[in-house]
Amino acid sequence: MAGVAIRDVHKSFGPVKVIQGISMDIADGEFVVMVGPSGCGKSTLLRMVAGLESITSGEIAIGERVVNELEPKDRDIAMVFQNYALYPHMSVYQNMAYGLRIQGRPKAEIEKRVQRAAEILELDKLLKRRPRELSGGQRQRVAMGRAIVREPKVFLFDEPLSNLDAKLRVQMRSELQALHQRLKTTTLYVTHDQVEAMTLAHRMMVMNAGRAEQIGAPLEVYQKPATTFVAAFIGSPPMNLIPGRIAQGGKVLAHDGEISVRLPEPRPALEGRDVLLGVRPEHFETCAQSEALLSPDIDFLELLGSDSLVYGHLGADKQGMRVAARLHISILAKEGRLPLRFSAEHVHLFDPESTRRIED
Amino acid sequence: MIERRPLLDFVSHAVLIGGALIIAFPLYVAFIASTQTLEQVMQMPMSLLPGDQLVQNYTQVLTAGSTKGSKAAVADMLVNSMIMALVIPVGKITISILSSFAIVYFRFPLRNFFFWMIFVTLMLPVEVRIIPTYEVMSDLGLLNTYAGLTLPLIASATATFLFRQFFMTIPDELAEAARIDGAGPMRFFWDVVLPLSKTTMAALFVIQFIYGWNQYLWPLLITSEEEMYTVVIGIKRMIVGGDAANEWQLIMATAILAMLPPAVVVLLMQKWFVKGLVETEK
Repeated sequence: MAGVAIRDVHKSFGPVKVIQGISMDIADGEFVVMVGPSGCGKSTLLRMVAGLESITSGEIAIGERVVNELEPKDRDIAMVFQNYALYPHMSVYQNMAYGLRIQGRPKAEIEKRVQRAAEILELDKLLKRRPRELSGGQRQRVAMGRAIVREPKVFLFDEPLSNLDAKLRVQMRSELQALHQRLKTTTLYVTHDQVEAMTLAHRMMVMNAGRAEQIGAPLEVYQKPATTFVAAFIGSPPMNLIPGRIAQGGKVLAHDGEISVRLPEPRPALEGRDVLLGVRPEHFETCAQSEALLSPDIDFLELLGSDSLVYGHLGADKQGMRVAARLHISILAKEGRLPLRFSAEHVHLFDPESTRRIED
Repeated sequence: MIERRPLLDFVSHAVLIGGALIIAFPLYVAFIASTQTLEQVMQMPMSLLPGDQLVQNYTQVLTAGSTKGSKAAVADMLVNSMIMALVIPVGKITISILSSFAIVYFRFPLRNFFFWMIFVTLMLPVEVRIIPTYEVMSDLGLLNTYAGLTLPLIASATATFLFRQFFMTIPDELAEAARIDGAGPMRFFWDVVLPLSKTTMAALFVIQFIYGWNQYLWPLLITSEEEMYTVVIGIKRMIVGGDAANEWQLIMATAILAMLPPAVVVLLMQKWFVKGLVETEK
């Protein structure tokens, strides 16, 4: 068992800088999820930890040992690939045993370890099958089994659930969680799915364009996004970001001289400053016109059963300041103005230039 | 056809049967001729019913060749042909699977250049480079040897290309998974690539066996001694001159014998052959 230290790691493919200086200390036994849109470099970072990509500059250590120059097999890691990468011509048993066989372990030990992994993953009855005779979820489990039998210091998962259908994904997610609770092995997990990130992670790293936008516990990232990118990436539908200038002694947000949103709590310190006001759709509630902090024009509705998603806009320009709200009422007018309010704790303010959060 | 259209069924069957007959008829005539005496073969028109010389004719060619043309025993020629037709595909597959493995899985300078060099030789069939090749073989003293017969035909751009295309369809993750499992390149080759290539190898074997068996021009040049003749050359050497001088019943018997091994290989390997061309186990 060991932690992983990533120290100012860079990666370039020729002139293209894919990873631009990422540092993170991962504690022993921690489950860290790296999440971000495609092309943000999250898989590259994982592959650098695995040893499948070289490190342009910086240092990666597993436990006490710097592994920059080590071959994957010497790093004491195991990796699960998105497409599982099972050896098609080997049985489930052979797939799981292959790594141990190469290590030259005695037959009895291999047998024991494979059997144990198979029991954990409920694969005992499938050991003689070939990968193509298995369903997607079963293949996924074999891939995990292949990782488990090696008893590595670190598990690396590269989007392991994205080839599964939605229902199976939910199921495998909880299995993964249970597995981690049982084995307590340090885990690095890459996904583009924010729900996976939120549910699985002890800590998550939100990545964008080769940088870590924010590193923190899922709730912290949700409640205090460090940048507008994180604010928009985590949460569905994404956080509303309304541009404007703080005016009238910090009581309102104005856009082109017109008041668009009143603030629930005055912020006099920010008087006259340009900001992006962030409010999550789920933090809006309907109210009487007199209490309303903003009243967007309704454009259209999506009824989800339990909630309704209301899409509208502020001001005269329909394409201008769009607002989405998730409301717990099912019957709504399809047009007109919708008086909304939100509480002070749900206000996020960002600097439009740097896109960073303005601390309270 | 999924549609049920009896007329279409009838027409397509008629075309298929017609085609099969057109191809089979000369074979039938060759076989009939090989069971008759020379007089019967020379009759106009030749009888299309089998004669009674089957055992006699075949024994004659297998042990002593023809009486007027080449007198080398066809049995020896069959052995030569078999050696040639086995060494060529085995050599070809071995060399090209290794070279395409290198080209696909290793990063080395001028990798693509080497691939294109190999690929360009596709455009140069044996016949084009036959004079320089002969020169080289003769300088090396390999005329009338099995090495001379097979070596020049072993290098194969086609097979290298086929394996390269197949290897490129193997997902990269498989190689990476093997790396993480601790398998070195050759271990990966032996444990993963080779088993996955089985069907491709089988298909290539069939094609190259027939290619080797049917070689005509090269053995004709490189062999001048009777004991090195392949059966295809043997047929040629039995034809000595004008129509009347040839023992057609013996030549036909040799031709039938020459046709059998490729047919047997195709029949036995058909399942694998088709598999190798259409499906890959991935």
